[in-house]
Amino acid sequence: MSIGKDLVAASATPLVLAILSDGESYGYAIIKRVDELSEGELQWTDGMLYPVLHRLERAGYVEATWGKSESGRRRKYYRLTNRGTSELADQRRQWQVVTATLRGTPFHQFQAIPQGI
Amino acid sequence: MLEERIAEWRAYVSRRQAIHAVDVDELEDHLRNQVSDLQAAGLDEEEAFLIAVKRIGDLDTLSREFAREYSERLWKRLVVTPGAGGGEWNREATVAVGLAVAAGVTIKVPEFFGVRWDGPDTDVLFYIRNLSLFVLPFLAGFLAWKRALPKGWLAGLTGAFLAAALVMNLMPFVHEGHTQLLAIMHLPMALWLAVGVAYAGGRWRDPRQRMNYVRFSGEWFIYYVLIALGGGVLMGITALVFSAAGMDPETLVTMWILPCGGVGAVVIAGWLVEAKQSVIENMAPVLTLIFTPLFTLLLLAFLGTMAWTGNAISVERDVLIAFDLLLVVVVGLHLYSISARDPHAEPGLFDKLQFVLVVCALLVDAMALWAILARITEFGFSPNRVAALGENLILLANLGGAAVLYARFLRGRKGFASLERWQTNFLPVYLAWAVVVVVLFPIFFRFV
Repeated sequence: MSIGKDLVAASATPLVLAILSDGESYGYAIIKRVDELSEGELQWTDGMLYPVLHRLERAGYVEATWGKSESGRRRKYYRLTNRGTSELADQRRQWQVVTATLRGTPFHQFQAIPQGI
Repeated sequence: MLEERIAEWRAYVSRRQAIHAVDVDELEDHLRNQVSDLQAAGLDEEEAFLIAVKRIGDLDTLSREFAREYSERLWKRLVVTPGAGGGEWNREATVAVGLAVAAGVTIKVPEFFGVRWDGPDTDVLFYIRNLSLFVLPFLAGFLAWKRALPKGWLAGLTGAFLAAALVMNLMPFVHEGHTQLLAIMHLPMALWLAVGVAYAGGRWRDPRQRMNYVRFSGEWFIYYVLIALGGGVLMGITALVFSAAGMDPETLVTMWILPCGGVGAVVIAGWLVEAKQSVIENMAPVLTLIFTPLFTLLLLAFLGTMAWTGNAISVERDVLIAFDLLLVVVVGLHLYSISARDPHAEPGLFDKLQFVLVVCALLVDAMALWAILARITEFGFSPNRVAALGENLILLANLGGAAVLYARFLRGRKGFASLERWQTNFLPVYLAWAVVVVVLFPIFFRFV
């Protein structure tokens, strides 16, 4: 199923923050996790993730360090900061408002979305 | 095999301005992960690479996203900062600033001997006559240091500057005579071309070095004008502040800021051009793009008017000087356009425009030549007329050859390199002519 561009863009920030709240990760692993979680429905263009990550880094929600991959190559790891955690909580509240509003309307399928967003 | 492809891919992505090297590192790591995952899923190396690259996404969209994020990267960094080569940059900066300061000090030295440039006319004349000698040796010194000029050339250049100094100051010019004026006008050109030898590191025969020097000259001029404008603002504000405080700013501004800043800026501009070559690369083509059509229109309008009204060029002296100036500017513009053009590009609209410019200038030159010959037959030889004659002949030869070569280039029969070669071959001709005017003219015309 194709998801609208705007929706993909809007959900990118909360998804990345939420995935990082599970622990430190790097770009490729984040994309794989999104693919897993959405059961293949959310196909992010790989390259698009990185500007998002950089934007979050600039805003102070994540912090990046250069480490080593298994093969010894340089790899950039991202970690959620305290500001990021509160931003994640804020995003969660926003999404809850939206989903609760939609639940109140005849938008029946909406009740089937996974909880925990 | 994979490493080669990844290197190619890296080079391709790195060309995007919005994507810096560190980002490319990150993307490369991603690419490699993707490739190994796909290989684990059973694809061979080549297929895996192709799919991984495709998954990274369309490069245009990607760099647009990066550009939105890092919009400041789209401005090429105009600031000269110590990048990776910190130590080297520091040394270069020290040398450049040191030489600029030395130039500023040198120009004040004559004051110790009582020669002031707000003094009597003879003093001012002294400064005007020797201005290029006060300034250009320092620029030449900086370039010679940067290029590690061999000792032989260094000695030769110093000798040339000394000889110029002796000639300009020891020849018994008649006060306010024409030969002196001509010498004053041609000395900077001769010395500038001598500085070119320093720029080329002694390899003055190499046409590429000559063309690089043309580019350097154009860019230097742009930088100098920018610095001079800033300097003008500085002087204006200084004058305002000091007069507001009740002190007389005139000495400070005219005796210190103006001369020292003006000569120091020559070296600084040269240093900046060397340090930031890739930035101005973008300005040169734009400037030639703007000015070539304008000057072509000017020449066409002029020729049209002449044909319409049937007036020959009036043989007055000032008119001839104006024409010579116009022709020099057009030849300079043509030379600059050639230096700014990609030598491998196919002939296009802009080249046709250049051709029209050259042909029009050729016609104007022919007319001016006619007028000068008329004046000479009527009034006889004089330093000014002979100088004008010589210059017009040189420009005629240059423009004529350029027109022929351009015609062949446009028809695809010759390469662009022949045009470059033609122009760079003329540089020593200009130098020789300038030397003749400075040294031989006064002697032949008995210093009048």
